[in-house]
Amino acid sequence: MKQVNKSIPKIDGMGLAKGKPAFTDDLTDSNAIIVKVLRSPHAFARIKNINVDKAVKYPGVECVFTHKDVPRNVFTRAGQGYPEPSPKDKFILDEYVRYVGDEVAVVAATTDEIADQAMKLIEVEYEVFEAVLDFEKAENNKSVIHPEKESYTMFPMGFDASKNIACTYDMHIGDVDEVLKNSEVVLDKTYYTQAQAHVAIETHSSTAYIDHYERLNIITSTQTPVHLRRIIGEALGMPINKIRVVKPRVGGAFGGKQQIHGELFCALVTLKTGRPSKCIYSRKEVFESSFSRHAMRLNIKIGADKTGRLKAIDLRVLSDTGAYGEHALTVFMIAGSKTLPLYNKVEAVRFGGIVVYTNHTPGGAYRGYGAIQGNFALESAMDELADKLNIDPIQLREMNMIKEGETSEIFKIMGEGGEGTAQIIESCKLDYCLKRGSEMIKWNSKYLHKKINADKVRGIGMAIAMQGSGIPNMDMGAASLKLNDDGFFNLLIGATDLGTGSDTILAQIAAETLNVPVEDIVVYASDSDLTPFDCGAYASSTTFVSGNGVRKTAEKMKNLIISEGAKHLQINVEDTIFDGKTIKSKDGEKSISLKEISKGWLYHYGQGQEQLIASDSYVGKKSPPPYMAGFVEVEVDTKTGHFDILDYTAVVDCGTTINPKLALGQMEGGLLQGIGMAVYEDVKYNKYGQMLTNNLMNYKIPTREDVPNINVEFADSYEPSGPYGAKSVGEIGIDTPPAAISNAIFNAVGVRINDLPITPEKILMAMKKKEQKK
Amino acid sequence: MKINLKINNQDKIIDIRPDEMLLEVLRKNGCLSVKHGCDTGSCGACTVLLDGKPILSCSYFAAKADGHSVTTVEGVQNKVEKISKYLVDEGSVQCGFCVPGLVLTTMGMEKELNNPTEDEINHYLSGNLCRCTGYVSHTRAIKKYLEDKK
Ligand code: FES
Ligand code: FES
Repeated sequence: MKQVNKSIPKIDGMGLAKGKPAFTDDLTDSNAIIVKVLRSPHAFARIKNINVDKAVKYPGVECVFTHKDVPRNVFTRAGQGYPEPSPKDKFILDEYVRYVGDEVAVVAATTDEIADQAMKLIEVEYEVFEAVLDFEKAENNKSVIHPEKESYTMFPMGFDASKNIACTYDMHIGDVDEVLKNSEVVLDKTYYTQAQAHVAIETHSSTAYIDHYERLNIITSTQTPVHLRRIIGEALGMPINKIRVVKPRVGGAFGGKQQIHGELFCALVTLKTGRPSKCIYSRKEVFESSFSRHAMRLNIKIGADKTGRLKAIDLRVLSDTGAYGEHALTVFMIAGSKTLPLYNKVEAVRFGGIVVYTNHTPGGAYRGYGAIQGNFALESAMDELADKLNIDPIQLREMNMIKEGETSEIFKIMGEGGEGTAQIIESCKLDYCLKRGSEMIKWNSKYLHKKINADKVRGIGMAIAMQGSGIPNMDMGAASLKLNDDGFFNLLIGATDLGTGSDTILAQIAAETLNVPVEDIVVYASDSDLTPFDCGAYASSTTFVSGNGVRKTAEKMKNLIISEGAKHLQINVEDTIFDGKTIKSKDGEKSISLKEISKGWLYHYGQGQEQLIASDSYVGKKSPPPYMAGFVEVEVDTKTGHFDILDYTAVVDCGTTINPKLALGQMEGGLLQGIGMAVYEDVKYNKYGQMLTNNLMNYKIPTREDVPNINVEFADSYEPSGPYGAKSVGEIGIDTPPAAISNAIFNAVGVRINDLPITPEKILMAMKKKEQKK
Repeated sequence: MKINLKINNQDKIIDIRPDEMLLEVLRKNGCLSVKHGCDTGSCGACTVLLDGKPILSCSYFAAKADGHSVTTVEGVQNKVEKISKYLVDEGSVQCGFCVPGLVLTTMGMEKELNNPTEDEINHYLSGNLCRCTGYVSHTRAIKKYLEDKK
């Protein structure tokens, strides 16, 4: 392999570093009308009256929209496949506001300041309702968050708005109750995971204009351009052939841009005024009025025998989807479907629960997508079991975990909101990951705990994880390749680079297949008019799904060059080879360079002139999981509960990496986000449902001074179904820190924090409680 | 009101509102590398050099910059390329949104600190948040850059 498994620099890296205009706000028309949103101060209310007269008359105001002026079509903002597995429960604007920050009115004005002034002039009278702010009390609450009649789901998912239930799901294999009853040891624990904010450094940004074909053009920072086009069309009741969506560079996304945001408002304003508009969210709006990770309560029961063989796992989840149900069902299901197959040798397994509406900022897609929540519960519980049985935590996992050549029935049963896809695991180096990781962190089961001095103790903990590689039999990635004179290619892809480097690795895959240098592949991506279909960047799909689409396309192009080249050379196709530079007969008698022939094909072969273009697409038949083992060493001050993370070691099986440096970047970034979730980050509300953590001072993400030693290694692995052996790598890095850190804290000081984030206060309190019990 | 501002070595007289922040003024004047990431002076994406020193342009009144010289990455492309080569080689320009600010702060650090240790580097740059990389690749790149410069 020449071009893959090679750390070439990211193709847009230098241009971005040099500050080339590449992001949405850099590309907006300088005369764009400013679009702003008046937002609800109440967690739950009905707009009794709204008067915009003064605002409309304010000089410089272009237009104002309230729920009375916009189409009332119900839709979901979740950028997912179709039919959508999220409840359709959102209107562009509605008479009900369901969380602090929900949209009340849209204002468009010539400047920021005028828009701000105009918003102050809108008079709103609210009928305020009692808000549902405790997700454990949401079900059957007397406050019904979605009283409207229109909301519905595209297939049955247990949606019951009258009970504040967005969806439910239940599955089981075997008789879990019976097996638990007969298990020698049963562990029964409850864990809580909090809402986490994405904090992409670029806030949600979109702009719209009408072009000379009188079509609506939207440039926006999104993960899912094609889904976005579909959703905008649905919400506005407008044919999608009138809409073009372009994704420029995206300043980080992490799932946060897998929902639509200001795009609809820009569309409204531009359609009404005919003028360009832009909507750039403030940081406060991103925190309060976009999405965060679904908070969850996870009850887990594990049955095992005394030697540590797992017999049954029962995972029951309650998930908080906030005011709207974006990704409600799928995130919740993944808490089971991307964790439970890790332990595939159980006799019985059950997963189920409900997702409730509350008056919180909506839950949405977020890297890990349920797996990190499920992983915290499962991998904490595994350590609790190890402790109970006095078995080394690594040994307990080795005894029970999935291995290459095996399967789990769960793959077949649980999919993207419905049935899944059976698969045999063809690449799984978890055993190596454990072995290598324990060497790197110097694991010694007798010394998981080490006293440093009178106050300080160190502990080591670990966890394993899996994710997926796209959504099989559903999400598609397509590409096309065009040959130009001088023998270079345009690679057109729908795949959506979010800073992840997918433009680069997809160019590498095309270059490898065609045996040409990467410089000869010119990438253009994510433009709903010009690039082939791709579901977008989510569910760890790009490397595997889009990558296979590119590989197939490049193979087609190669065959085309050979067959058309054979015609030109007047030789048999079977006798023709293309080595990336030259097309020639096997005996070497006849040959022509790609440079030369590509010119001829376009300029001077007369009746032999033609444009060579190839296109193909790929839908996964399986979703091979990347796997990893994470190990962490912490040092806890027993007097204060304060702790430092000294070292985080990760050994990862994501198949053969296409670009090891970029894969490493995905891992390191994912790990630190996972560490953020484990110990720093927490979306908090006051008793009125106002978000307390709506800026970067109150919501702390890790800075470079908070970074421990991070050591990442990749296992030698090859996934036969992946492009050149690759699996995806975008999400897996985030999954292990919560459980691994919690396990390390336990090993250090003997207390377990079962609700995230793990803070010094919680540790100190738990240690005090433990003292008192003695 | 009018202010005199030297932007990337070009003297300009610019009409501003008294309450306008330097960030907006710079973006309006073509310096699109200067990014807006937060409302609270917490992210560093808007970093520029004012008379050679890194400042947060989002929380600096344009009026206060009257008579001063501002540098953005548009004005020091060669230098930026030198530093960024290391960042790009380490794969640490992911989304890239934080990078212009980071590079300018690094230039400020070069002037201020001689032979900084890893802790000093991370301390000096700590106001430049990055959500993509986990920072470790930044540190590797910047250390290498400083090392090679010697
Ligand atoms: S924009 Fe965040 S610090 Fe200036
Ligand atoms: S590279 Fe994306 S924020 Fe730093």
